[in-house]
Amino acid sequence: MHIVDVVTAAGTIALAAEGSAFHPPSMKDFFPPAIWFEGTPFEVNRIVLIRFLAIGLLLGFFALVIRKLAVVPSRGQSVAEMLLDFVRVNIVEESMGKEKAKRFLPLITTIFFLVLSLNLMGFIPGINMAGTATIAVPLLLALIVYVTYHAAGVQAQGLGHYVKNQIVLPGVPWPLHIILIPIEFLTKFVIQPATLTLRLTINMMVGHLLLVLCFAATWFFFFDASVGFKAFGFLTLFGGIFMTLLKTLVAFLQAYIFALLASIYINQAMAEEH
Amino acid sequence: MTSVHIAAGGDDISGADLFFPPLYDIVWSAVVIAIVFFAFWKWILPSFKRVLDERAEKIQGGIEKAERVQAEADAALAEYQQQLAEGRAEAARLRAEAQEEGKQIIAELKAQANAEAERITQAAHAQIEAERQQALVSLRQDVGELATELASRIVGETLADDARAAAVVDRFIADLEASQASGAAAKE
Repeated sequence: MHIVDVVTAAGTIALAAEGSAFHPPSMKDFFPPAIWFEGTPFEVNRIVLIRFLAIGLLLGFFALVIRKLAVVPSRGQSVAEMLLDFVRVNIVEESMGKEKAKRFLPLITTIFFLVLSLNLMGFIPGINMAGTATIAVPLLLALIVYVTYHAAGVQAQGLGHYVKNQIVLPGVPWPLHIILIPIEFLTKFVIQPATLTLRLTINMMVGHLLLVLCFAATWFFFFDASVGFKAFGFLTLFGGIFMTLLKTLVAFLQAYIFALLASIYINQAMAEEH
Repeated sequence: MTSVHIAAGGDDISGADLFFPPLYDIVWSAVVIAIVFFAFWKWILPSFKRVLDERAEKIQGGIEKAERVQAEADAALAEYQQQLAEGRAEAARLRAEAQEEGKQIIAELKAQANAEAERITQAAHAQIEAERQQALVSLRQDVGELATELASRIVGETLADDARAAAVVDRFIADLEASQASGAAAKE
């Protein structure tokens, strides 16, 4: 059993090949064993390596494009420009306007491309684990956004004015403030960063579990189950393919949502009235 | 060694562990985020911005060049049309001049012809006058001779009365006329 669990680190599909029974995905997938520096703050495991692979691919792509950057774009450059323009125009400039966009463009672009590339690692066969499926990256990104929008708000309006603007809704009869001020405070200071983190993490986590469940079940039905059950394998296989397509959509969607909400929060914090 | 780790950490994972990342995870995530952030901030975004600016500049330059060429073409067309108009005006002026000159030449020729005709007429008149004078002179001469002859005849006749003298004169003039008429007929 231990040996089988060790193999989990190499991917659940490989696991199913060596085992002889159905192996559903488990939470252990998200806590793979250490590879180097076990027990130190610099412990490296499978997921850490996956993240480095993801940004290696991401930056490698941009390095290749930038090496041959031209006024008349090549195909790769067109794709890169399209993606960068999408972030710049459709996410940042649309939510906070061109003036503020210049300042926060590097941050939002980083968020979009980092989340997207980490999300997409969930599809690569043999890796099958999104770098955002554990909470660390989404949490850190959300904290960065949190600090950024508060800092931007305080810088734009001054501390007292900013806090008042954030938690006191204008044009509300005063007794309602007894309820609204705590709600607004929770929203701005707790709920926004928490939802930002959890939305992404849980989406990718569940995506991983569902996908692996489908493929593990397919393997089980095809190779281990009795003849009568083999037909179910097709069902789960199609389920797996469907989940893959859905996860592709979700991978883009989550990167988009994270980047968009980050810019909206920043803009909200800087705005005089909301 | 790995199996020990699994035995220690793997079997008692609770759901809450999913939401409290281990320190190493935070450390490496921070490294990943920092790398990507600096890459985009200092390298990728500026590179693309440069190319986009360059492209915008090129397009702007192209538009300006097209506008300049268009303006030049317009100017050339205007100049050509002006030259054409000048040419036409010049041609019209030359034609008018030629017509004027032609008229003048005709008028001069007419004047010359008139003068010539006048001259010829005068010459003819002069000649006629001269001939008349000559005729007068010869006539006088003839008349003298005739008078002399007449006188000798008168002297040779007996002049009895005035009636006879008158008859002599009448006869003389009739003779004269007859001789003149026969002379003229002989001339013709």
